[in-house]
Amino acid sequence: MKKRNGKMNLLYIPALLLLGLFVVYPFAQEIKVSFFKWNGYSQNMKFVGLNNFIDVFHDKNFWTAFRNTLVYGIGSTILQNIFGLAVALLVDTKYFGNKFIRTITYMPIMISGLIMGYIMYYFLSFDNGVLNDIIAVFGFGPKDWLRNPVIGVLAILIVNSWQFAGNCMIIYLAGLQNIPKVYYEAAAIDGVGKFACFRHITLPLLVPSISTAVILNLIGGLKLYDVIISLTNGGPGHSTESVMTYISNRYFQAEKAGYASAIGICIFLFILLVSIIMNSYFDRKEVEL
Amino acid sequence: MQKNWWKYLCSILIAVIYLLPIYVIVVTSLKPVTDHSSRLSLPRTLYWQNYINVLGDGGLLNALKNTAVISVGVVMIEVIVGCLAAYPIARNRSKFNHVIESLIMGVMMIPPLSIVVGVYSTLVSLNAISTYWGIILVIAAFNLPMSIYLYIKFIRSIPVSLDEAAAIDGAGIMQVFFYIILPQLKPVTVSVIIMRGVAAWNEYAYSLYILQQKEMYNITLTVKQYFSENMSDLNSAAAGAVVATLPMIIIYLFLQKYFIKGQLDSAVKG
Repeated sequence: MKKRNGKMNLLYIPALLLLGLFVVYPFAQEIKVSFFKWNGYSQNMKFVGLNNFIDVFHDKNFWTAFRNTLVYGIGSTILQNIFGLAVALLVDTKYFGNKFIRTITYMPIMISGLIMGYIMYYFLSFDNGVLNDIIAVFGFGPKDWLRNPVIGVLAILIVNSWQFAGNCMIIYLAGLQNIPKVYYEAAAIDGVGKFACFRHITLPLLVPSISTAVILNLIGGLKLYDVIISLTNGGPGHSTESVMTYISNRYFQAEKAGYASAIGICIFLFILLVSIIMNSYFDRKEVEL
Repeated sequence: MQKNWWKYLCSILIAVIYLLPIYVIVVTSLKPVTDHSSRLSLPRTLYWQNYINVLGDGGLLNALKNTAVISVGVVMIEVIVGCLAAYPIARNRSKFNHVIESLIMGVMMIPPLSIVVGVYSTLVSLNAISTYWGIILVIAAFNLPMSIYLYIKFIRSIPVSLDEAAAIDGAGIMQVFFYIILPQLKPVTVSVIIMRGVAAWNEYAYSLYILQQKEMYNITLTVKQYFSENMSDLNSAAAGAVVATLPMIIIYLFLQKYFIKGQLDSAVKG
């Protein structure tokens, strides 16, 4: 049997080769490059020790990008979960049209984040933008929304949350359908109100769904990239940049490969830390119940 | 009906929020560029020239072909390499394989763009820039841990006694895999194909750097080009965006229940 098992293990060799060549080796390469000053293509690499990492901490644009990344991550998590849960609660009840609502809330996920950003450009553009048409009805003059850094960040946050709220909705819908109906029947007999039912039955029993949805959204939001490129391209200046867009900006536009690598390593460690903390927090929470 | 009025109110609100962007882009794509009416108004006549423009120059059709090739390639690798790798990890639970499993799952934690410098310079030294295999292998590698995870979870739910019975009857490892395990993997394979297929179809971040020659562009790069070069002709750009998006929307509307199942299968705490 032992020999049989050994032979069986050969089956994961293709997977290990693929991951080794295109993820693990580049990862090691990235760590190496982060200690060098390098433009990304020449033979000329100069060892600079930890200087790139020190530069990261003194780079104002990096901290803007980092702050935006937190806004995109935490903001989308909150918006998507609240909206997703609300739609799931609505669609979970029986009425004509609930399937249609479920279908259209999940539909934008089929569209590339990049193209979604361009679609939203028709709403936010200065010339002939839909939003300007709408505010004109209330007597306001047209505004150039995406020229304003704060509105730019908010627009990216809202578009991203809107597009992917369907994920949460599906996860919560499955969670709601797994709650045995007898709990609600028992509560109804005891004369418990609707809100109390939600607070003391639905919410606690949804904790596994909540933890899944929160972790998925948070990690997804911290990696946000596509929609930023099409909506603002990180501008004006670097004010709406996320860490991911800033890395590729530093590498491909500024030709600072070593510096971009150092940022990459830092953000990798940060996301790793966040997911470890979140996982252990929710594991405890699930055990408590 | 009267008791449910608030449900209908909320539903109408949600429908407006979700359908308005799609309405706007479709309507814009059917108006001539000289039409400066509000983007919310319906076109006076259906103006198909924008579609003829984007389909006529050949770029978009070629991009659709490239994207289809890339998506099929990515999905095939993830299915074949994924289920092969999952089988020994799910069945042969030695300490060593546990380490392999944690390693593969650890790769899932690396955000693809955080190591763009390493990946790009590796691809340059492999001469993989502007090739199908370069982009296919990179997308497949980053998503592989997820498909392996799905297959491991699924294979562990198949009783081991089935494998053992077949082994006692003299079946080799590959025979057990092909005749006992593989036929049962259909539901999870559908999930992998759907979720990974959509992701590959819409991929942008790595395509931007790997597919540098115009004839290799996928749909996201082509649509981006419409929007950055033709800022004066946003109506043709809208037609391009509609054509690029339509295939996935149609597939979704027909196979909705598989998408929902796929979404639930892959909702793991990364």
